[in-house]
Amino acid sequence: MKKVAVIGAGNSKFGVRNDVNIAELAFEAVKPCLEDANAAAKDIQFVALGSVGAGAWYEELLPAVVTGEYCGLTGAGLVRCEAACASGSAAFFTAYSAIASGQADITMALGVEKMREIDNATSMEWIGRAGYYMWEFHNFGMTFPAYYAMYATAHMAKFGTTEEDLALVAVKNHKYGSMNPNAHLQNKVTVDDVLSSMVIASPLKLYDCCPLTDGASALVLASEEKVKELGIDTPIWVAGIGYSSGTANLSKRPDFVGLESSVSASKMAHKMANTAPDQLDFAEVHDCFTIAEILAYEDIGLCRKGEGVKLLREGQTEIGGKIPVNMDGGLKAKGHPIGATGCAMIYELTKQLREETVERSRQVPLKNYIGLAHNVGGTGHYCYVTILRR
Amino acid sequence: MNVVSSMPSIRSREIKIVHDIPINKTLKFWEGLKQGKIYGTKCIKCGQIQFPPNVDCADCLSKELEWVELSNEAEIETFTHVVVRPTTFLQQRPYTVAIGKLKEGVKVLAWLTGFRLSEIKVGLKVKLVAKIGSEGTPTYEFVPLEQT
Repeated sequence: MKKVAVIGAGNSKFGVRNDVNIAELAFEAVKPCLEDANAAAKDIQFVALGSVGAGAWYEELLPAVVTGEYCGLTGAGLVRCEAACASGSAAFFTAYSAIASGQADITMALGVEKMREIDNATSMEWIGRAGYYMWEFHNFGMTFPAYYAMYATAHMAKFGTTEEDLALVAVKNHKYGSMNPNAHLQNKVTVDDVLSSMVIASPLKLYDCCPLTDGASALVLASEEKVKELGIDTPIWVAGIGYSSGTANLSKRPDFVGLESSVSASKMAHKMANTAPDQLDFAEVHDCFTIAEILAYEDIGLCRKGEGVKLLREGQTEIGGKIPVNMDGGLKAKGHPIGATGCAMIYELTKQLREETVERSRQVPLKNYIGLAHNVGGTGHYCYVTILRR
Repeated sequence: MNVVSSMPSIRSREIKIVHDIPINKTLKFWEGLKQGKIYGTKCIKCGQIQFPPNVDCADCLSKELEWVELSNEAEIETFTHVVVRPTTFLQQRPYTVAIGKLKEGVKVLAWLTGFRLSEIKVGLKVKLVAKIGSEGTPTYEFVPLEQT
């Protein structure tokens, strides 16, 4: 397999972006990404786009061709990847594979989502259907918060995790989100703010949930030869990628205290990168709900099963701790434009590893120059883990 | 539907989507619910019991399965009380959804009724019953053991 590097990264402002349509939003990520890579749109040989809401949350059914035309990418090989909330990472894997296989020299992974053109109850409907419609939605009206609430209930019953512990995730991620001008939510919150917010699906409350966000993120990937040809100073190499999946029906899972797909994908990525969790300088993990960040700590081996809350209580996942996690505010505060999230995580890894994050207050200290992105689709239905190294 | 954007926008053309979902192969299950019975399937080749009742075996890929009536005793493994509901459930009161494990080892996700929320704990023993839902469609629910 050929070596592959990330050579360009661009990200739109995340938030309620009713000022732009899907193509205009994608452009906000594609343009800075190409400029960063010192490449032209016409140079890109293959584009993999992650987006989930096509025709549902927003009006365009074929977002890859619409954004492709709008951003001058027409003519490149083109595909849309769907892996629910991990679609961005699936697009990254596709763009990576095109180069690793020797098929292409320079490719783009683009994630874009518009979630705010429809009302919130309809959003809850669409996302609630994202599991097994027939058996868990049709008669029972499961919602996305409800799926993760099931994991929270079980984790609390088994390990004594409390609602206050869950709130600590929101407090941390809002704190760092407030330092990130791209983040959707810029406000800091307290444990009391979280605990007193309205119940969405018990035990999860409003501030345990990520917002419905519009956003786009783009990455240019290149082969070693192309890196030299373009004179890239600081290529960020793809060291490992792992992937796995979980059953559509939650009722088919062995337990509700961790996501097996996260465990498998993480092990696979570390094996390929020849790394171990304790070598990571920092991580981006999938915190669509506060409980999800705690599950992630345990599933990707940052701690042992049941000890995730200990890391949080001790501040070990903040700057100055053992391993900073979600220093861009995470999905919780930065926002979770579903198909864009995976690319936005890798954007953050790239910027951090280059030590060019604008805000010094949230720059992670680097020792091994290794970062990991853990991106879950649905409720452990899909998982992609990507390890980058400078 | 309300306009959700505060920015200049045009409204897309409206479509209404309803799917006719095939239940030809699982008709025994849906008919069973109307008679108060909950069926799963059992693979004749490998013996695996399945719920939801697939008519093909995901374990050994055999197409030879038989219908088996499931026991109704269940133990709750996890649950949530859904307050903020999807648009097609807005006419329902907030509801509790649980996953319970049956004696046969299979798990079922369904509404849990007949309890106050504070009474529901992981490990609670309940009964799984077939019923006709408030919308007139066959469904199944977890209820207190003493409920008939």
